Amino acid sequence: MRKNLIAVLGVSVTYALAVYSCQPNVSIETAQYAVNGQKLYGVHCQNCHGAKGEGLGMLYPPLTDTAYLATNRAALACIVKNGLEGPVIVDGKTYEGAMPGIPQLSAVEIAYILTYVTTRFGNSTNTYSQDEVKEALEQCQ
Amino acid sequence: MIKSSFHNYLGALLFAVTLHSCTGDSQKKLPIIGERATEERIVDGQTVVDTVYHQIPPFTFLNQDSVLISDKDFDNKVYIANFFFTHCPSICPTMQRNMLKVYEKYRGNHDVAFLSHSIDFKYDSPSVLKSYAKKLGVDDERWQFVTGTKKDIYGIAEKYLVYTKEDSAAPGGYDHQGYLVLIDQNKRIRGAYDGTNDEQVAQLMEDLGILLKEQ
Repeated sequence: MRKNLIAVLGVSVTYALAVYSCQPNVSIETAQYAVNGQKLYGVHCQNCHGAKGEGLGMLYPPLTDTAYLATNRAALACIVKNGLEGPVIVDGKTYEGAMPGIPQLSAVEIAYILTYVTTRFGNSTNTYSQDEVKEALEQCQ
Repeated sequence: MIKSSFHNYLGALLFAVTLHSCTGDSQKKLPIIGERATEERIVDGQTVVDTVYHQIPPFTFLNQDSVLISDKDFDNKVYIANFFFTHCPSICPTMQRNMLKVYEKYRGNHDVAFLSHSIDFKYDSPSVLKSYAKKLGVDDERWQFVTGTKKDIYGIAEKYLVYTKEDSAAPGGYDHQGYLVLIDQNKRIRGAYDGTNDEQVAQLMEDLGILLKEQ
């Protein structure tokens, strides 16, 4: 009985360590959101913003400005849903032009995308939750 | 005596084999794409048969500086052509991002040129193209962005074997293929690569190198 307990404990610790080593600061939920977000990002965002969020010249801004992502966290949901009219200052550069919104996305899909963007390209370690999306969308300007 | 000539023969054979195996690779040639026809000519009283390959026909288009450019501007150059429009929401940004990589790699080399045709003849005026080019990071005449009448642009697309169509059902209003078409010094098509596919873009880089060695 005791041996079994130790074995189970040992396996759990090993498993937890394995998970921890892959995603050091991120919960399993966050990782799942990010994986789903990566697929949606590939469909809706990557053409312009690039596979690494690098943007394209002065045409499309990069998504790697961690300060921008952190200070405009609530606005991000509105930008994805409703689009954005420039000028916008990202990484110290002013980008002109307009980004089309994707109004057909559901709240959870926006949550997936923004979790991916803010954890992969930004320095967030938290899930951009569905509730956070809904709340942000109510405050859109 | 017999022995030494045999040795000589063996040496020559070995030399030939080595030479052949060394040059085999660098002599790789790109195919010539498109329909071809034969043409008979009489040279010095003898009938010879020439192959006539598909070529990009003469053209004139207005570029991003509102200057008329023509096929003459691409004489003796290798160039890559594609079809896009500035507010294209689908494949164009990826295609142009990849074209930009080739443009950056060959910076300073004026034997390589780039030609992007806008298929949005309504919106993409030279000033719109100029602004687009500048924002993309294009700052010299190696990469031309051109506009023309619908008939001329869509007509030349066919000659590059690229499908283009005005289609209100397509994202942005135009449907088109994202090929980067490699054209040689004689205006012949030597390759077509999906500008949204990283592997094919890598192949384009390799093939461009091969084509530049060909004279």
